Amino acid sequence: MTDATVTAGAVEGHLRARRDTGRGLLMPYVTGGITPGWTDYLRAFADAGADAIEVGLPFSDPTLDGVTIQQASDIALARGASPRRILADLSRLPDLGVPLVVSTYYNLVLHDGPEVFCAALRQAGVGGLIVPDLPVHEAEELTGAAEAAGVEPALLASPATPEPRLAEIARRSRGFVYAVSLMGTTGERAALADSAAELTERIRRVTDRPVLLGFGISTPDQAREARRHADGVVVGAAVMRRVLDGAGPDDLRAFLTSLRRALDQECDRPR
Amino acid sequence: MREAPPRHRLVPLGGTMDGPLARGRFGDYGGRYVPESLAEACREVDEAFREAWADPGFRAALVRLLAVHAGRPTPLTPAERMSEALGVRLYLKREDLTHTGSHKINNVLGQALLAVRMGRRRLIAETGAGQHGVATATAAALLGLEATVFMGERDIERQALNVFRMRMLGAEVVPVTTGSRTLKDATSEAMRHWVGATADSHYCVGSVIGPDPYPWMVREFQRVIGEEARGQCAAELRTGVPDYVVACVGGGSNAAGTFAGFADTSARLVGVEAEGGAGAARGRLGVLHGCRSLFLQDGDGQIVQAHSIAAGLDYPGVGPEHAHLRDLGRARYVTVTDEEAAEAAVRLARAEGIVPALESAHALAWVIGAARGGELPAGSTVLMTLSGRGDKDVSTLKELL
Ligand SMILES: Cc1ncc(COP(=O)(O)O)c(C=O)c1O
Repeated sequence: MTDATVTAGAVEGHLRARRDTGRGLLMPYVTGGITPGWTDYLRAFADAGADAIEVGLPFSDPTLDGVTIQQASDIALARGASPRRILADLSRLPDLGVPLVVSTYYNLVLHDGPEVFCAALRQAGVGGLIVPDLPVHEAEELTGAAEAAGVEPALLASPATPEPRLAEIARRSRGFVYAVSLMGTTGERAALADSAAELTERIRRVTDRPVLLGFGISTPDQAREARRHADGVVVGAAVMRRVLDGAGPDDLRAFLTSLRRALDQECDRPR
Repeated sequence: MREAPPRHRLVPLGGTMDGPLARGRFGDYGGRYVPESLAEACREVDEAFREAWADPGFRAALVRLLAVHAGRPTPLTPAERMSEALGVRLYLKREDLTHTGSHKINNVLGQALLAVRMGRRRLIAETGAGQHGVATATAAALLGLEATVFMGERDIERQALNVFRMRMLGAEVVPVTTGSRTLKDATSEAMRHWVGATADSHYCVGSVIGPDPYPWMVREFQRVIGEEARGQCAAELRTGVPDYVVACVGGGSNAAGTFAGFADTSARLVGVEAEGGAGAARGRLGVLHGCRSLFLQDGDGQIVQAHSIAAGLDYPGVGPEHAHLRDLGRARYVTVTDEEAAEAAVRLARAEGIVPALESAHALAWVIGAARGGELPAGSTVLMTLSGRGDKDVSTLKELL
């Protein structure tokens, strides 16, 4: 991808356009560098109807991740994964037709500094950024650099976020608002948390930016239920558990297709 | 007792250890880099601590607990035979004589009282050497709280005595099997657990690390070390303040508490880190466990595992205020090796009849080396905080000696 294919607001523009057709948004996650041919997973995600793809840059101390993504991070790092290598892999990919969003911890952003980091993202064709340990009150250093580079930093909102702060998160977020469904770490759960519906409704009261619900969404049924409240879902641990169990791109294509279908069936949601 | 000397403004702004500065900053360090799910919990701790610290009733309750339960004030012991051998005048601030055997109890009693005030029913803690875990289990038992302590599997092996003590006190000890299986990973796991438990649990951070307000709050709870020592030095020393103030640094809480009593004096402040865990001496700017500070990292920005014979110093970073004091030049951070620390522990045992914790032995090892090498001029007065006693380390030392 060249610089020209990513312009400021491209991620949000893409997600808004798809949402406005009534489509439930799907953003699967993969840990960068998890296998030698890991970018094949990205093609499978795109084929299965992903609307954006989240690529994790593994960090040694992922304090907001549960065991599955911790394990995936450790494996990728042991394989020699690094931000530089992962971004190099991404820059060699043909255009998948969906925006790429990188997620990582703030230490890796600070390592070369937010300006250099965001410029490298853009160079690799990455349009969005999620930093789970960078809350809105500390985000200014990054948001300035991201804007300058044309990268959209999405902020997270949590069930514990009080009202005025929620509005500020929605206002300063770019691309979409990441709604954390529950008070906990990433990882598969048996059911969608009750807090998910309430939080997404609260966010939608203060913004019309796309709202993606993540953390714990593991099954087509949960995706369908999430779609009743949010514009779409992020699916991370459920993907990575399969990858850790040896699932290849074709297996993941099948899994994501099942989520895609569930989201497509749930189009009678009130807006 | 003579009066403590007047407070001078000898140090640059922000280096007087009175703070907090805006947004939990110590210069460029500190802050509150937490997942959004913990932001509100941190704000609540901050608000509760500010209120409590301004409330004479809270202060009085803490002073009383520190006296009747923890045995404060602790003595200042002139290390007579060591001093003679080293050619300096060495005084030991005896945190090893507190109940539970280390300075950790000062902070924990403060935070446990705060947790009760906030209506929490459980304390969560991470521990390396087990001293903070034992202190947390103790305070929880005393105040009728539950305690859940995260401890790396490797530390569970090398600090078996403290694991038993925690369990006997009724705490749940959760082994952490990820990463280095030491303090860094125990801290990560405690934070993950806190995300799901903010409603009824207080995270009792054990050092001057973590998100704002912890670095500031823990330093305030440990300030009692420095304030007592300042009064004791005023009574003991002709000059009123020692020439050097020395303490070991893991996350940096015993050092911060000690330094806080002397930051506005002419005393030179020296923090002693483990060779394999020298966040202040050799770390670079980063963010881990909620704060911006100095951390040992590889060329990609991954946090490097620390290695120290002292479980309490086996941490790849340092509290943000130490990073700031380093930049200001107000404090100096030096390192000693495992062997030097172990030797110093034996030497103190034989010269003074005190078996120090391996953490504290690092501070002593620097004093010994600096006196020998001439870095400490003959006749200098040196205050060293002896942060804990060495019972917990006998199995480690047995293998070495
Ligand atoms: C006796 C003793 N000293 C020092 C430390 C290091 O902690 P800090 O640097 O916070 O004082 C510990 C930590 O476990 C300890 O147990």
